[in-house]
Amino acid sequence: MDLAFTKEDENFRQEVKDFIDKNFPQKLKDIDKRTDLTREDMLSWHKVLYKKGWIAPQWPEEYGGTGWNITQRYIWDQECANMGTTPLIPFGLTMLGPVIIGFGNEDQKDWVLKGILSGNDWWCQGYSESGAGSDLASLRTKAEKVGDHYVVNGHKTWTTLAQFADWMFCLVRTKSDGKPQEGISFLLIDMKAEGIDVKPIITLDGGHEVNEVFLEDVKVPAENLVGEENMGWTIAKFLLGNERTGIAGVARSKKAIERLKDIASSEYMDGDNLINDSDFNSKIADLEVDLTALEYTELRTLAKESKGEGPGAESSILKIKGTEIQQRITELTMEAVGHYSNPYLTPAFERQGSNYLTIGPDYSHGVAQNYFNTRKTSIYGGSNEIQKNIIAKMVLGL
Amino acid sequence: MDFSFSEEQTLLRNTIQSFIQDNYDFDKRQAIVKSEEGMKQENWKQFAELGLLGLPFSEEDGGLNFGSVETMIVAEEFGKGLVVEPYIQTVVTCGGFLRRANASIKEKYIPGVISGQDIWAFAYAEPQGRYNLNDLTTTATLDGDNYIINGYKSVVSGGPWANKFIVSVRTSGDQRDSDGVSVLIVDKNSEGLSIRDYPTVDGSRASELTLENVTISKDELIGEEGKGAELIELIVDETIAAICSEAIGAMKVLNDATVEYCKTRKQFGQPIGKFQVLQHRMVDMFMQYEQSVSMTYMVNLKLDEEYAERRKAASGAKVQIAKAAKFIGQSAVQLHGGMGMTDELNVGHYFKRLSMIENSYGNIDHHLKKYSSAE
Repeated sequence: MDLAFTKEDENFRQEVKDFIDKNFPQKLKDIDKRTDLTREDMLSWHKVLYKKGWIAPQWPEEYGGTGWNITQRYIWDQECANMGTTPLIPFGLTMLGPVIIGFGNEDQKDWVLKGILSGNDWWCQGYSESGAGSDLASLRTKAEKVGDHYVVNGHKTWTTLAQFADWMFCLVRTKSDGKPQEGISFLLIDMKAEGIDVKPIITLDGGHEVNEVFLEDVKVPAENLVGEENMGWTIAKFLLGNERTGIAGVARSKKAIERLKDIASSEYMDGDNLINDSDFNSKIADLEVDLTALEYTELRTLAKESKGEGPGAESSILKIKGTEIQQRITELTMEAVGHYSNPYLTPAFERQGSNYLTIGPDYSHGVAQNYFNTRKTSIYGGSNEIQKNIIAKMVLGL
Repeated sequence: MDFSFSEEQTLLRNTIQSFIQDNYDFDKRQAIVKSEEGMKQENWKQFAELGLLGLPFSEEDGGLNFGSVETMIVAEEFGKGLVVEPYIQTVVTCGGFLRRANASIKEKYIPGVISGQDIWAFAYAEPQGRYNLNDLTTTATLDGDNYIINGYKSVVSGGPWANKFIVSVRTSGDQRDSDGVSVLIVDKNSEGLSIRDYPTVDGSRASELTLENVTISKDELIGEEGKGAELIELIVDETIAAICSEAIGAMKVLNDATVEYCKTRKQFGQPIGKFQVLQHRMVDMFMQYEQSVSMTYMVNLKLDEEYAERRKAASGAKVQIAKAAKFIGQSAVQLHGGMGMTDELNVGHYFKRLSMIENSYGNIDHHLKKYSSAE
């Protein structure tokens, strides 16, 4: 057991810092985080990393991974967060990639992985349905084999960024008798296929991230099945396990706490800075302690993973604690800005005139929307209630 | 001891309930929020016709001479409908100042409130002041028969709709002294007053006020010069009592909606309300609501007590309501799952309003400090 960084680690950190500093797209730095990024903006950092060969640190080297050890991956995440890089779109890199590497055939490994790495294919996740949320296995979107293709009918919802997607990895029902888990398959569906209709869902913060996807007689070539027919549930669970590990967001939460401290140092209370208020300060300290505990829990999980022990039910701890911390940071940030959490300054509103931009300090803009939006984190990726059920069952044997 | 409502009070509640039913279902509310003006003048006229705008004023001033319990009933029912029209701002807060002003101010302004002709907003907050009501850099200096006001007021709730403002200013003393705080009436059309309006995250509207040599007659002073701090604190406490009432209305809607949803939403072959972990969460929501109702009744009954008693009642109620607002708001969204996150469902909108109530007129930390130092 050793917590120290070696000289090589520090050299690596410097290399990473220099690279980000020189190559992170200027446009993303200038873009106000609240305004909607275009598809191109979102992919610009991805393309830089692809060119460098650093786009998929979590993949095995032979498939385009970086071959970094866990310390290097940790440093990478930390520096990306520190330097405020735009988060990468996770659907291909974090979710589908490992599935294809583990379950895909050679042909799929070729075209799917290439498209993810290059950023040419934007993937979205067709999992939830209006009747199948926490109880994902009850999904009803049906795929019927007709000759050399499947015909898919049904409805997916909460599909994040489907409005930009080229492809969707989708859980479909291929068998309706027996246990619901046993009749699910994992299909790759072209979003340009006939019969697909994407409708936006506006969330309570006013943003458009999620969508409904309607599928009507969509023809999907049989070779787009991943694994075997009716083994989709195993794949789905594998994918969710990976999703949970990434969900902890330790480095970004650290950065967000730094920002919170900066805000509290600029805000006033009774003539002194808010940061000097012992009540407020101890709430930040409490958060930091929780985050430190999570950081080391994540490192222990990563260390296990690097020895080939895949993420088990422990990854649910990362999901629960990670999202709780993210939510508390947004809560405290909203508290810190006081009255100025109230203004709802949408991009459309701000376009009315530049003097509107001066309402409240810059750091207060979007703070409440961010708080509202972050409530999703304890709901998505398997709600935190479901994660606790998983731990109760799989770890505690209850 | 008696916690029951009189026949008259029940009648008042029924009146508001039927107003909400007819004019304020969720779709209608959203249409109002999204309209250019952001409120509906017709509703305001109805409030006047129903006598609601004259509720707390004495009969002598043309009002109904009702007390805080009646105000509580109105605010609670408005809370259930997420009403955006600035009733509390105009009638409870600014009305609170006006009915304590001298005879000529009363005569000049109260009829306009009661008839619905004027809408008022209270400009007290400043960027550096947080929740300290006496932390004022906006100043007024007497020049002959006029006050000249200079300064800046932030997040004035209901500002875009108001044609009159009540502004807290410093007429003497240091930035945070309680001595030297004064209360002035400023007309929206005053020269030197510039206003920037904007929507707020909870569907309301607010304004930023910049005052540059705004000149008003010294007759527009409420109370004694330099002695406004006590009056402001009293009226903020009355406002807190009304906001708590609004909050319990909103909480009730969220709790009922959540229980109903959990009874009908099926996962794993049964209504999710059958899962004990969700049942306990809903029981906690219910208990938080009941505790909030109790504190709201308590504060509304103690507004006329001596200072320390009133201070503890108002701060105590605000702490309980803030805790409950957060817990119930967050839990309602969580238990509704993805649906709770949508703009389409009413749940998120109640959550947003409750989130703003949490910090309005002082957050938990602020009121715990006030509570523990009250004597």
